[in-house]
Amino acid sequence: MKKKITKLLSRPLLHIVIVLISLVWLLPSVGLLITSFRVRNDVMSSGWWTVFQHPFEFTQYSLKNYTHVITANGMGQAFLNSLLITIPSTIIPIMIASFAAYAFARMEFPGRQVLFVIVVGLLVVPLQMTLIPILRVYNRLGLAGTFIGIWLAHTGYGLPFAVYLLRNFFGALPKDIFESAFLDGASHFTAFFRLALPLSVPALASLAIFQFLWVWNDLLVALIYLGGTERVAPLTVRLSSLINSLGQNWHLLTAAAFISMVLPLIIFFSLQRYFVRGILAGSIKG
Amino acid sequence: MKKTNKWAWFYIAPTLSILTFFLVYPTINTFYLSFFDEDSENFIGLANYLFAFTRKIMLNAFRNNLIWLVIFTTFTVSLGLILAVLLDRVRYEVVAKSIIFIPMAISFVGAGVIWKFVYAYKPAGAHQIGILNAVLIKFPNFQPIAWLVNKTTNNFALIFAGIWIWVGFCMVILSAAYKGIPNELLEAARVDGANEFQVFWRITLPVMKPTIAVVATTMVINVLKVFDIVYVMTNGAHGTEVVANRMYKEMFHFNNFGRASAIAVILLLAIIPVMIINIRRFQEQEAMR
Repeated sequence: MKKKITKLLSRPLLHIVIVLISLVWLLPSVGLLITSFRVRNDVMSSGWWTVFQHPFEFTQYSLKNYTHVITANGMGQAFLNSLLITIPSTIIPIMIASFAAYAFARMEFPGRQVLFVIVVGLLVVPLQMTLIPILRVYNRLGLAGTFIGIWLAHTGYGLPFAVYLLRNFFGALPKDIFESAFLDGASHFTAFFRLALPLSVPALASLAIFQFLWVWNDLLVALIYLGGTERVAPLTVRLSSLINSLGQNWHLLTAAAFISMVLPLIIFFSLQRYFVRGILAGSIKG
Repeated sequence: MKKTNKWAWFYIAPTLSILTFFLVYPTINTFYLSFFDEDSENFIGLANYLFAFTRKIMLNAFRNNLIWLVIFTTFTVSLGLILAVLLDRVRYEVVAKSIIFIPMAISFVGAGVIWKFVYAYKPAGAHQIGILNAVLIKFPNFQPIAWLVNKTTNNFALIFAGIWIWVGFCMVILSAAYKGIPNELLEAARVDGANEFQVFWRITLPVMKPTIAVVATTMVINVLKVFDIVYVMTNGAHGTEVVANRMYKEMFHFNNFGRASAIAVILLLAIIPVMIINIRRFQEQEAMR
């Protein structure tokens, strides 16, 4: 009896705590989204939550902030640059890593274990350790400020983790299907393309999503190797310089920030399962 | 069967050469450069490290990383754990989890804008447009605070933005571990008369310890490398400097490659032990799956 009473009392408390935390986690983003549709004077003179007093008065919303930041503040160009940077930076490392991972998992060669341990060991190297020497070489080769330079850099930084994840996955595939394929005369090349890769689609998808988001949301690597030039800067770099130049122009900053988040959010809501798996698996990346 | 496959070298050669150029060579080179002056011309021994461990701005950065370490790690892990346990008991678990996980999708730069706006400040009497001050001035005698400027609040304001981003991550991992605890174990304790708190402290917590350790070390590594949030929101002004941001400044604003390299080496040395623990635990977990 007593237990039931405490249960009845604690149940509403449980809901209140959860709803409160959810609100704290949701409201900042909602504020950003609403503000990005409001005109400058409204934003400066009243809080974004005041729109809820008359939420259906559509004249208070406008897309002007978006057209402004896309054209005048270069967010359109930056979006394009982000795509041009991120897509190759996702495909190249996964392609290269899957070859290596296959060899580490399924082929015999001297030094296999040692080399694999070294590759995984490179996960401990923080990006900061590599910036100065690579930037110097890039400056000499003319790769600084180019897309090729940043594709290669993201490939280098993404490889240890990609090799690690894929090797574990290839290694866990049932042995007998490979053996029967080899008995039928298949080469490693066919086994790799016809068996290992198709069977690993879920792992490849998680890895691709993780690498895509990592590159899309990256600031440091782009800042170092691309610099702030508007012609090549991705969304994160452009947005961070707008934070300095636009200052208190919240109506523009919020619109610009939302543009940088649209694609990751779409991926989040449409591919949530792979998304979560990718983020979790990728958490140990240096 | 066990014969060497010559083709293997073609499979791993691209990976090995790229890693040599992008990770192995730079790591060795940065070590080397950390003993040289700003232009990497003259050997100056440990002077850069002396700078790193004695100069006020660096000590300030170390102190802030330590504050980050304690508060960020404690809150992300414990809040993640509390949410994992609480959300298991409600029917809208999936929705609440999504809401808390969303910040993981967006960039730290985007999160920086979101939180700068939450912390927006106007002098007393003006309409507050930042929601934090707007809520707090409803309380009597509360004076609006410039959260990112005020030296007692700014570090905590930054850390909270970090917590907001990472709690979802901790929650998802811890929740998976929590759901893995056999129900009979918890029920048996309840039947024996244990209340919910006792069940949590005596059973849930000990059983989940390995997972909590993995999550905590992951958060520690995040803290050691924290850069974007600080760079975007304050750029280290008003006593909010952190080690990684300082390294960026030494490199790009002061062109002092010696000092920047020394700071990078310190970061590496701080990260290595934590990372080793983490990779080991990660492998143990993979093995268990």
